[in-house]
Amino acid sequence: MTISAPASGAAQGMTVVARTQGQMVRRRFFRHRAALVGMLAFGGVVLLAFTSIGIGPIPGWWDKSYLTTGSLVNQGRPTLSVVPQFLGGEGIRFGEHPFGQDNIGIDYFALTMRGAQQSITVAFIVAIVATTVGTLAGAFAGYFRKLTESVIMRLTDVMITIPILIIAAIVGRTFGDSGIVILAVCIGLVTWPTLGRLVRGEFLSLREKEFVEAARAVGSSAGRIIFRHVLPNTIGVIIVSATLAVANAVLLESALSFLGVGVQPPDVSLGQLIDTYRSAMTTRPWLFWWPGVFIIAIALSINFIGDGLRDAFDPRQTRVRA
Amino acid sequence: MRNSPNEILHVEDLTVEFPTDDGVVHAVRGVSYTLHEGEVLGIVGESGSGKSVTSLAVMGLLPRGARVRGKIVYRGEDVLKLSARRRRALRGGKIGMIFQDPMTALNPVHTIGDQLAEAVLAHGLVPYKQALARAKEMLDLVGIPQAEARLRSYPHEFSGGMRQRAMIAMAVINSPDVIIADEPTTALDVTVQAQILEKLLEVKDAVNAAIVLITHDLGVVAGTAHRVLVMYAGKPVEIGDTDTVFYRPRMPYTAGLLGSMPSLETSGGRLRPIGGAPPSLINLPSGCPFSPRCPLADDTCTAEEPGLAEAGEGGHLAACHHWREVAAAPDPTALFRTESEAV
Repeated sequence: MTISAPASGAAQGMTVVARTQGQMVRRRFFRHRAALVGMLAFGGVVLLAFTSIGIGPIPGWWDKSYLTTGSLVNQGRPTLSVVPQFLGGEGIRFGEHPFGQDNIGIDYFALTMRGAQQSITVAFIVAIVATTVGTLAGAFAGYFRKLTESVIMRLTDVMITIPILIIAAIVGRTFGDSGIVILAVCIGLVTWPTLGRLVRGEFLSLREKEFVEAARAVGSSAGRIIFRHVLPNTIGVIIVSATLAVANAVLLESALSFLGVGVQPPDVSLGQLIDTYRSAMTTRPWLFWWPGVFIIAIALSINFIGDGLRDAFDPRQTRVRA
Repeated sequence: MRNSPNEILHVEDLTVEFPTDDGVVHAVRGVSYTLHEGEVLGIVGESGSGKSVTSLAVMGLLPRGARVRGKIVYRGEDVLKLSARRRRALRGGKIGMIFQDPMTALNPVHTIGDQLAEAVLAHGLVPYKQALARAKEMLDLVGIPQAEARLRSYPHEFSGGMRQRAMIAMAVINSPDVIIADEPTTALDVTVQAQILEKLLEVKDAVNAAIVLITHDLGVVAGTAHRVLVMYAGKPVEIGDTDTVFYRPRMPYTAGLLGSMPSLETSGGRLRPIGGAPPSLINLPSGCPFSPRCPLADDTCTAEEPGLAEAGEGGHLAACHHWREVAAAPDPTALFRTESEAV
């Protein structure tokens, strides 16, 4: 047949390239506009916070330190201007103290950046600890059932019943002086139950799947089944929860520091800056607003990223975004 | 206990019970069979007859809470007395299993290659590369084209037949002696069924294994099994060579099953189902569990449950008080002819 040759050629030209799940998730995520904006905004804040004043001994591009005092310039008003001259403003410039100075003359930009660094660090440690513990607890409870499940789930019940702020406040009071890492780990250790419950729920349904029985039939051990066969199926839930946990941790840290039980002076965090300067709101509002703006920016952008990831991991959601 | 030299698996008086809120479910009530090297044993029966539970008991995959009694002897060792670790080594190592639905028995998040390699890695410290090479060999064996490229495919990129081939590859990757195939073709369409069965027999010869083939499709058994075990209400009711059981059934239930199959020779007629439903496994009727549905049932049947007894040559056993009547009938399947038909 003469017609068969070109037909098969066309069929070959239209070979469909299959995508892996990872590729599909990435594709859907990058099409989610809010998530993309959130990611850029969050990346920008992180970059700004960590490059400006540097990390530890590594110096950044900002020449002032959050520890050295200086003489007050113009009563410590911010010098940042974003209105161009042709619109009647002072032109776009950073100036000497873009965010102003606090009452003893410390550059407030450096101070805010330091606060953002600490808040982000605390949030990530909290999220990592909570996610790890929550995932393991949920996985064991969901897979082994029986006594393991009872013990773990009753523990989460108790921890969920007690308001998180109160537990965290006690933890902060006790460990707040021993540095932010220990504080963050301790907060992480009390915030895992939510994720633990979610992961347990996933395991409860997945453990009854036939591929788990098939894994058992090829002789896989319980550990291999949990970590190699079931856990990868829950990765969507875990990633989304971990992302949202970062956002929650930023807010929780701010709340704790605001209550005076979080990060302790002389170190700073965003929440603590707000607490220190809340009384200055009417006289020198910038001391209150700058850290506030950063808290909102961080929490909001991470939430958008979390939203995007949730949509990306959920193939059933076919809602088309304009 | 018979003990022939080429006997691999011997199940003796296996009973499985599940305690539930409504009472104890007697899922399997004394099953015995012997599997020889290279043999295909078919286990047939309708849903709830205990055929799957029997094989899950052999694999050690029963849910917790199941009470198992009896003996499961694999090459002279009672596997019910083995430690959990030794049993796990047996599963997938020496006894492979093929599941009914290849759509759900493969993990959606791993590539086929990963899953096959995993079956190797679960049984020993082998480099991943080597396990993957073995996986490719197996895909070749089960007839999946471009095995090398297919190792990187995900299950959703495979058709139903290909997935079942992959399941077969996974079951035999560690060269088992016994393959338990639990309704391996039920989820596939008829043309693919034939291919898969053919492949299964081919693979069995390649790795030199015996097969326990569980199915409710008598056509599948007729074409593949050497011997057949018919189960009803958790008990074997007839066992013998496939041809003997098919052409000379000695138990009315077997005759009923054969009679309820659509035939190509007599077209246009109605199917002849066995009236009634299988009994509740919590509350079994007294005597023969098949008696409420049996056309030959009389007082002896309701009084006493018949045991398996010699009912023909070649180790043909049947559990029926009236097997001689079944044998005497010119067409035993006609026993189930409905009254309207008889008129």
